[in-house]
Amino acid sequence: MKVIGLVAVNVFKESVRDKVLYSIIAFAVLLIASSLLIGDLTAGQDIKIIKDLGLASISIFGLLIAIFIGIGLVWKEVEKRSIYTLLPKPMRRQDFLLGKYCGLVLTLVINVAVMTAAFYVVLAIMQTVAPPIVRVSWPAPATDPAMLKAIALVMLELMLVTAIALLFSTFSSPFLSALLTAGLWVAGHFNNDLRNFGAVVESPVLAWLARATYYVLPNFAAFDVKLRVVHAQAVPASYVGLTVLYGLTYIVLVLVGAVAIFSRRDFK
Amino acid sequence: MTTRTAVAAMVLLSVAVVGLQALEDRARTAMTPEADAADYLYVQSPAVLKRAALSYDALVADLYWIRAVQYYGGKRLSKGPRNYDLLYPLLDLTTSVDPYFDIAYRFGAIFLGEQYPGGAGRPDLGIALLQKGLRAQPDKWQFAEDIGFVYYWWVHDYQMAGEWFRRASEMPNAPEWLMPLAAVTLAKGGSRASSRTLWSEIMRNADADWLQRQALFRLKQLDAMDGIDFVERIVQQYRDRTGVPPTSWNDMIRARLIRAVPADPTGIPFQLDPSTGKVTLDPSSSLSPLPLAEQAP
Repeated sequence: MKVIGLVAVNVFKESVRDKVLYSIIAFAVLLIASSLLIGDLTAGQDIKIIKDLGLASISIFGLLIAIFIGIGLVWKEVEKRSIYTLLPKPMRRQDFLLGKYCGLVLTLVINVAVMTAAFYVVLAIMQTVAPPIVRVSWPAPATDPAMLKAIALVMLELMLVTAIALLFSTFSSPFLSALLTAGLWVAGHFNNDLRNFGAVVESPVLAWLARATYYVLPNFAAFDVKLRVVHAQAVPASYVGLTVLYGLTYIVLVLVGAVAIFSRRDFK
Repeated sequence: MTTRTAVAAMVLLSVAVVGLQALEDRARTAMTPEADAADYLYVQSPAVLKRAALSYDALVADLYWIRAVQYYGGKRLSKGPRNYDLLYPLLDLTTSVDPYFDIAYRFGAIFLGEQYPGGAGRPDLGIALLQKGLRAQPDKWQFAEDIGFVYYWWVHDYQMAGEWFRRASEMPNAPEWLMPLAAVTLAKGGSRASSRTLWSEIMRNADADWLQRQALFRLKQLDAMDGIDFVERIVQQYRDRTGVPPTSWNDMIRARLIRAVPADPTGIPFQLDPSTGKVTLDPSSSLSPLPLAEQAP
């Protein structure tokens, strides 16, 4: 456990050195600039658009970090040949890999937390300056805490993307890993189409295959409740709980696969 | 190369790039007339757009909404012939990607219903958009009220307007004033007094500033119509007295029938047709055109 912690802290420090957290500044600038400019373009929908933009940006920045840092976690050590000095040390390969994973998740948690804080500050300012007649038309207050549910599910989605990127990075090149991770993320949003595929094909085998793929592929669409929270639609705690359980189970599954591959990989 | 030389070279090259870009723009305009980028709609299928949006559907809907607002505003302000062909597809895409985007249905119906050239002059599409909203949110009384409003204001079908106001009044959380409004519309639909009742209620109960502004604008139009009727009665008095219509407002001022040039509620003087004595709104007035010109006082 101590080894995992040490590797994780090291990954976090490295990401700070690599200026990954600069994305927070980009996020803050984007949000503040939008809140100043967007009012003139949107016919009174600025608060909705700032909420949409904020939630989408948290997700996009996190996704870019998860994919592009995640794919290099193992590859960089191999490329720099530091893996050869690390592996002989009294450390299990699985601890090394899980440490890498936890380090990137820690980076993402801090990134998302700071972005969320900046997001709520901008929304609080907008709430303060908005006239009462404008506030009345909002389906929910600007600083609606229900948006935290969407952000929590975005974080869980990012953790799953990180795990998938790490899995691919254990046996593939960075380019291919990025392609496969991004491809899986996109495919995971088309899950509902796969489920309904049976209704449009005549072959029962094809329909069964599509249905099987639906259950096997990570259902990334399930983590998306951004639209619902912005419109103050209910997101039941039971749904959030079930999605968290699904996400965590999938993450463990992917990490077990990554550990299995990495443990057997020959670095000679 | 020293740092100073590098910076100087970069500044010079940047100026050259900007200058060349400006020249290139001019050259291209000379080759072909400038195409209106806003008139292209690359994605036309709501189903394709919804899938392509992945988990960013709300943000994509915002982009299409901003584009719809810009498109409508751009066309409305353009000097040449106005073509609103893309307005409905843009609003349809917006509301397909985000079915809870209430303002896109409600404001969109106004953009579509408004008489040409101020709007698309397609109240049928406005009604279709609102009915799509009702399918997505069947308990939204505001959409039913807005359908009644489109029938009332632009289609002038007071029977249907009253029917939709009644339907809206029966929906959950509907305000109490809707039922009397339905009754007034069915009984006296088309009168300026019932229009004033409709807009005054909307103004009093508006839950959005744009709706309040819209109601205020329409009430000013009704005031302008009352003003025109009043001034035309005075013009008639002048004719009765002199036997000819006045050639200008000065004739009427000299006859002491009016003290100053009469103006609409925005302060723009009314226009007087010297040959017929007919009084109209100045086309440059922000209240023009008056959509209820055919309505009786």
